[in-house]
Formats: sequence, structure tokens, C-alpha cells
Amino acid sequence: MTADAGKPAPRGTAPDLFDKFQPLIDQREALLSTGVTDPFNLVMERVESPTVAICNGKRTILLGTYNYMGQTFDPQVLAAGKKALDEFGSGTTGSRVLNGTYQGHRECEEALKRFYGMDHAMVFSTGYQANLGIISTMAGKDDYVILDIDSHASIYDGCALGNAQIVAFRHNDVEALEKRLKRLPAEAGKLVVLEGVYSMLGDTAPLKEMVAVSKAAGAMVLVDEAHSMGFIGEHGRGVAEEQGVLDDVDFVIGTFSKSVGTVGGFCVSNHPKFEILRLVCRPYVFTASLPPSVVATAATSIDLLRGAKDKRDHLWANSKRLHGGLKQLGFTLGTETPQSAIIAVIMPDLERGAAMWEALLQEGLYVNLARPPATPAGMTLLRCSLCALHSEEQVGEILGMFEAAGKRVGVI
Amino acid sequence: MTDRDERKDAINRLVADFNKKGIEVSEDTRFAQDLEWDSLTVMDFVAAVEDEFDIIITMNRAAEIETVGQLIDAVGELKGEA
Repeated sequence: MTADAGKPAPRGTAPDLFDKFQPLIDQREALLSTGVTDPFNLVMERVESPTVAICNGKRTILLGTYNYMGQTFDPQVLAAGKKALDEFGSGTTGSRVLNGTYQGHRECEEALKRFYGMDHAMVFSTGYQANLGIISTMAGKDDYVILDIDSHASIYDGCALGNAQIVAFRHNDVEALEKRLKRLPAEAGKLVVLEGVYSMLGDTAPLKEMVAVSKAAGAMVLVDEAHSMGFIGEHGRGVAEEQGVLDDVDFVIGTFSKSVGTVGGFCVSNHPKFEILRLVCRPYVFTASLPPSVVATAATSIDLLRGAKDKRDHLWANSKRLHGGLKQLGFTLGTETPQSAIIAVIMPDLERGAAMWEALLQEGLYVNLARPPATPAGMTLLRCSLCALHSEEQVGEILGMFEAAGKRVGVI
Repeated sequence: MTDRDERKDAINRLVADFNKKGIEVSEDTRFAQDLEWDSLTVMDFVAAVEDEFDIIITMNRAAEIETVGQLIDAVGELKGEA
């Protein structure tokens, strides 16, 4: 080996690995040159409550968080976190399998089992890792994963990590799913992956029909209920509960970063062999476990969500009013009817979407600007996520802000 | 007419349905670069090919198919006719 080994290749002989990002760099620079605030770099300087923060020195109503049930400032949740921080320290420093399973992790899994009425629960460090881990571990090289084309990136990444054969079908199309299932080899392992609520448009899946055709084909079913937990279904167990098919679902995946109000991910299941996953699931084994304060806040919050019917009712009322109000103002929405806490306002293009986002921020309202490739069909949209703690007055304020900003930008 | 010719005719017919820009198509035509199809169009086209031939083209397999000619041969393999 010569002394030159390890030095970068001389200029001009190898491509700059950043070249592939140039179109995105150009698009971002063009957008920012119009003078808009960077929509992907907003800093909340102070958070006053689940619905209000100070952004750029201004009081801003938050309509772009996933804090659907407003749990982030619940006094019981905060007290549980502080107690665990004092008693167990700031972090576990290790993996669940070796040195990172604390009493709090077990209690959190017990809370999940109570919440879903299921036999097994496994807590991951994020929701992303829960999908990555379960899908890649369950579906190996000769198995098939059948997924909705609009599936979340964590689902696609779980497929890529596991080397399974991947079959996509058109969004929410039961017939397309059934047709593909029937063409797969009868003897092959099959995992159908669905989501309860699709986060970009806020639409729900026809799980009743989809689970039925999947089971008829001998497939196992995984449903990601990240955006429905706590809110949809009589006990807040999600779209599968609401449509009466929770018992037929093999795996429910969820997150603590939305309705639960902290960070983390999980999988619950009734499968009798489920516990073996703790030894074979790489995104569970090879990562640090959640800090004790986080699992303590999660466990407390999950128990509180079970009895949160009043909050669920209020959130549905907010969703119906905002959806109806925006429609009446002349905005184009992602769904005909309110189906979840997410209301997507479709923008004509990225430029006007960014201008509208900026105008809303000036009015004192924060929403998410979403654009391809995160969105389906090349759409640019403003994604509004309601919280159970938005007051009636705030929903009225939000509609007023949309009207003012929409007229100023020329979207309505 | 061979099996391959029949497959080629059927696939050309399906390509024409999705070729909104009227780009001239040969066996060397590439779906992404030449026909400029986005991912949604590709998915709808793949579904149409699957329905026509009653086969499954997995995303793993589709990623290896760049041209019309490669698709004609891949469909043959999947139908066991190659």
C-alpha cells in the first residue's frame, strides 16, 4: 500500500456524489429567491401549549403538528416523565436486548396491550423503525409484500431492507389488491401492508374490504395506524377498530410521536410466536432503547387516551367544521368529506403553495407545505392537522386566516 | 405470427394508450427517460400489462425493465413462453 492510500481521488476523475441532488438544490434556491421563509426550516422559539407557539417572534396557532389529542402538556404525562428522569436517569445507553430494557419499557408495553386488547406489544425507538423492523423481518427473500402505492417511506424502506418481492397496487383500490393477491403463488408467504389514515390527504382506507380479501388469499395483514391512534374508533384503536376488523389484523404498527405526544414506535399483535421478534428484528436489536422519561410519558399518555371520548368528540367536531368552512370559502380539499384530523388543502402549484404558506404564517397560522415526492400525483398541498385542544374560537380564527391569505395570494 | 410478435403487438397497444406526448416508440424506447412517465403512470401501465397477460410484475422485476423490448421479453418469461 502506498502513502497515497485513503486520499480523495484527484479532482476531475470522479463525479461529485452531490451532483444527483443538484435539481433539488436549484429548485430550493429558486423558491427562496422569491423571498419566502424556508418552509422546511421554521423554528418554534417557544411552545406555549399544544395549539400555540411563538414562531419568528409572533404568536402562531399550530395547525401543522401531529399533536392530535393534545397530550404534550398533560400534567399527568409530564409528572410521569419527570419522575422517571429523576429515578432512572436521562438515558439507557443500550439496546433493548442487551442492557436497555428498563421497568418503564415493560410498563409501556403493558399499556399498549391494555389499549389494543392484544396479547403482545413491542416498543421501538421510532415509528419508522417499527415499520422497518417488522416488515423486513416478517417478509424474507421469497415472500411477497403487497402494498398500497401511497405507502409511507418507512414501509418502502422496510421492503427494501428485507429483500422480499414487492407488489404495489393503486391507492385504496380493493379490486386491484384482490386481483394481485389471486395471481400470487398459493404456497408463497404473503404480507399485505395497509395504512388506516394516509397522511398526505388524510383519507382513510377501506380496511373492512381489504382485510377480507387479504385473509381470503391466506395473507397476513399489517396496518399502520400512526395517524388514527387515539382518535378514530370507539376506543381510539384506529380505523381497523372503527370498521370492525381489528381482530383479523395480524400486526398493528403505531407511533408515540402523534396522538401519544412523545417519540417512539410500536407493534402489537395476537400472534402466539410474536415474542421471537425481539431476537431477530434488527431495527429492534441494533439500536439504543428509548429513554426512561420517554416511555414513562408514553405509558401514561396511552392509558389516558383510552378514556378520552370527550376529546375524540371535540376533535371530530373541529374536523367537520374546518373541512366544511374551507370548502365553503372555495378551497379544493384532499377529501370530499372529513375523514380524519388531517385536512389537505390542494394548491395549484409549488409557487402559489409556498406563497400561501408564507401568507398564513404572516397571519399567525402554521401548517405544513407538502410537495412531491412526499405527495401523491405530483400535488402541492397545505396539510392542516387539527388538535383536540383547538378551541371553537381558534377554529374560527383559522378560517378567517385562510380567507385573508387565500384572497391575498389569489388562490380563492 | 410468433408468441413474441403477439406480445409485442399487445404491449405496443398498451404503450400507445399511455403515450400522451405521442413519442415515437421502438423496442429501444426507455419508459422513464424517453416516454417521460412519472411513477404513477408507470404503476398504471404496469397494472394494465399485468391485467392483459394475467401476470404479476413485482417492483423488484419492474426496476430491471428499462425498455419496451425488455418488457416484451420479461412478459414472455413470466408467462413461461420465452
